[in-house]
Amino acid sequence: MKFAVVVFPGSNCDKDLFFAIKDGIKEEVELVNFQETSLDGFDAVLIPGGFSYGDYLRSGAIAGHAPIIPAIKQMAAEGKPVLGICNGFQILTEIGLLPGALIKNNHNRFICETVPLQVMNNQTQFTSEYEADQVIDIPVAHGEGNYYCDEATLKELKDNDQIAFKYQADINGSVDYIAGITNKEKNVLGMMPHPERALEKLVGSDDGLKMFQSILKNHMDRVNQ
Amino acid sequence: MTEPTATMINEQKLYKAWGLSEAEFKIICDKILHRLPNYTEAGLFSVMWSEHCSYKNSKNVLRKFPNKGKRVLAGPGEDAGIIDIDDNQAVVFKAESHNHPSAVEPYQGAATGVGGIIRDIFSMGATPIAMLNSLKFGNLTDEHTKYLANEIVAGIGGYGNCIGIPTVGGEISFQERYKNNPVVNAMCVGLINNSDIKYGKAKGENNLIIYVGAKTGRDGIHGATFASDEFTDDNKSQRSAVQVGDPFMEKLLMDACIELVQEHSDWIMGIQDMGAAGLVSSTAEMASKAESGLVLELDQVPQRETNMTPYEIMLSESQERMVLCAKPQYRDEIIKFFNDAGLDAVVIGKVTADKQYKIYQHGELVTDIPVAGLVDDSPEYVHEGQTPKRLLSENYQEQYVPQVSSLSKTWLELLKQPNIASKEYFYQTYDSQIKANTVVKPGSDATVVRVRGTRKALAMTNDGNSKLVYVDPYVGGQIAIIEASANLIASGSEPVGITDCLNYGNPEKPEVFWEFNRSVEGMASVCETLELPVISGNVSLYNEFNDEAIYPSPMIGMVGLTKDLDDVTTQGFKNDGDAIYLVGTTKNDYNGSEIQLMQTGDVKGSLNEIDLAQIKANQKQILQAIQAGLIASCHDVSEGGLAVALAEAAFENQLGFEVKTSLTSEEIFSETTGRFLVSVKADQKAAFEKLFNDDIEFLGTVSNEQTLRLTTSNSDANVDLNEALKNWKEAIPCLMK
Repeated sequence: MKFAVVVFPGSNCDKDLFFAIKDGIKEEVELVNFQETSLDGFDAVLIPGGFSYGDYLRSGAIAGHAPIIPAIKQMAAEGKPVLGICNGFQILTEIGLLPGALIKNNHNRFICETVPLQVMNNQTQFTSEYEADQVIDIPVAHGEGNYYCDEATLKELKDNDQIAFKYQADINGSVDYIAGITNKEKNVLGMMPHPERALEKLVGSDDGLKMFQSILKNHMDRVNQ
Repeated sequence: MTEPTATMINEQKLYKAWGLSEAEFKIICDKILHRLPNYTEAGLFSVMWSEHCSYKNSKNVLRKFPNKGKRVLAGPGEDAGIIDIDDNQAVVFKAESHNHPSAVEPYQGAATGVGGIIRDIFSMGATPIAMLNSLKFGNLTDEHTKYLANEIVAGIGGYGNCIGIPTVGGEISFQERYKNNPVVNAMCVGLINNSDIKYGKAKGENNLIIYVGAKTGRDGIHGATFASDEFTDDNKSQRSAVQVGDPFMEKLLMDACIELVQEHSDWIMGIQDMGAAGLVSSTAEMASKAESGLVLELDQVPQRETNMTPYEIMLSESQERMVLCAKPQYRDEIIKFFNDAGLDAVVIGKVTADKQYKIYQHGELVTDIPVAGLVDDSPEYVHEGQTPKRLLSENYQEQYVPQVSSLSKTWLELLKQPNIASKEYFYQTYDSQIKANTVVKPGSDATVVRVRGTRKALAMTNDGNSKLVYVDPYVGGQIAIIEASANLIASGSEPVGITDCLNYGNPEKPEVFWEFNRSVEGMASVCETLELPVISGNVSLYNEFNDEAIYPSPMIGMVGLTKDLDDVTTQGFKNDGDAIYLVGTTKNDYNGSEIQLMQTGDVKGSLNEIDLAQIKANQKQILQAIQAGLIASCHDVSEGGLAVALAEAAFENQLGFEVKTSLTSEEIFSETTGRFLVSVKADQKAAFEKLFNDDIEFLGTVSNEQTLRLTTSNSDANVDLNEALKNWKEAIPCLMK
């Protein structure tokens, strides 16, 4: 399986994602510059965390207009897995692939710690290797991870099983403790926590590995059908 | 505005406002130039001869530090020092102070301190892998101190989090004396393959000087001079001297410079960061190191503002700028390379053979001075020292005797003291996990970061208990090194080198100079004994407010090499039933201690002499025991003594203990240095005890019960683990409300 990791100016978790694929699940992976316009030949696209364009203007806003964006949208339309983590999640909401927005943490402080997340939907191609309702330990590191959406959107998210992960406590003010959501089709996932930092017990947790294994397994199942 | 003429500068002694003394100005005129300097030239000398750039007040003292060792690849004089860590890899590190800017504009002052130290690392060609910091504030009961603490911590996080280097550790302490002059020291650690190391040299006639990065503005002019002066109520408003940071720009610059060094090393001769004293310092130092001359063409320098004078362009401390010395045949490739990364890159001059430093603007020669005169001929001062009066007062040798009427009450109260309480409130705002290499996170004795692709790791710590240096500069200096080393040893790592930030008051005052000199002698004595080279560092003097100096505050940044990931050890108890030991003898060491501060509101009294041979032997044995797999947890015993060390060991995994010691309820709070609190699996007790002979005491066992049970020779205490944890964890958030 071949993964693309998109690199915007100011992305800073791109290498961590690169290693997650290369060393974590030992698949093919390439860093793709934001100025590219095609993702042909890739089976999945990962949008890393960081501070694209310094998060100036609004986090993810400028990246949302980069040349690579149409190719990401095309991947999403084709049903291929699109995963945005942290700044990647912010970008996915900016470009309309996911509803809602990420605003400043309600306590106005950056927060870095490993937190428990509950898997709310293990029927997606990102989460199928987790148990239903499993609680996993994944690090967060963000200043603007407070997920906001209006009542109607929240209802829609719930009705369509689009909430993928929830925090177990109010760490940043997110609506309904939401940590990650998918689109209706469940092939686009955005999440604030960093599974790519949780691949080895050595660095605190290996609970993130199953996410990448899920993506790989579902891809292989499709290929082998 | 027209600039003053050379004659006016001389006659009206305008140079004095820039920090040059009359004697220094005379040297420049009579010995170096044999004429009067013009406005630009006088400005260049004043920054290059400031303490910040020339170390004129401290050089003589700094020579006391050992800086050589079998692993040292580069020592003081480069942007950062380099230590070999085997397998053709090296670790590059340095620390720098940003005290003065942070006092005036805390967010940007701290942020640009971080930006500057990161540039020092990647300018060597290294990839930054971790940041640490040492912060000293006034008391958190003061509103202005809370503001400074919040903003400084936010500035450090804002820059480090954005650029994507984990901020993994450090220390924070509080004392009234830092109220108006906080100490903000930042350290950066980088990794490099030995073959990629680049030095900041401008070598080879006709090679090009290329300017890379952000444009030059009027910010930070004379920052280096500003950093070499005292604060008073009057000059508190020197805001123009503080720079503004742009971590996004620095990220682009960092990635490009590292790629340049790794992929196109043959294009360049040298690379240097523009830090304090901006363009003049970076280019003049590069020329000096190569014994070359330079010609600079200021019209080529990218400028953010119009009508900038040579003086302003040369002295600006605008951030996120680098200088390269490059081979002319690669000119176009280099410029394209940086442009593709979204960065300005412009040829601004070339290397010459005449050893002169020449600057042109609008076709006119505005500066023509010898490189050596500017960089190397600054005067060196040996100040007179005088023992501070407080150290000579009557009964100063006597030890404080703590009052412990209720062991549990004193214990719980001590855990709430800001210097001891958890600093999570602050470090939680730093991204400590990015790059996914942080094996031991902030909060333990040392942080451990693995070297990806190997079984090695690097342990790192920032340490310096200034209370002890204040009460007894020599022994306090010794303890600063011993504690930093102990932090690394306890984490299973072998210390390999030191960087420092030496923060003191005005060295022209005999008592301050004495403190500086004696504490360096103390530190140097331990560096010799433990064979630890000081490979880089920074001196910050003139830390005073209204004529009162901060505590003498050396900050030790130390890095250790962990040979195998299996050796990584943390301070927390691991399993029910593990045996607990205290390694090292406890004496009556209460002067300068946290219990003295808590009970009397002040610290005083001299410290006991230290047996360095015993310290060295114990540290060596602890490391051997860890490497032999005999130790489950290891914690350096320091502030708050054994009582606090036991509680902290219990907190990590929320395990209680049952301890019975021969120590008294007073001795349990003694801060005798060189001791370790260790836990050992029950089946390894015999092997462990055999290794240590008689300098250990068996204390008891770790338990699943959520209670801290402590019996001393004259009292006992049963403390609820959660109550103790709450005291320790909530003290700072409560004060910051």
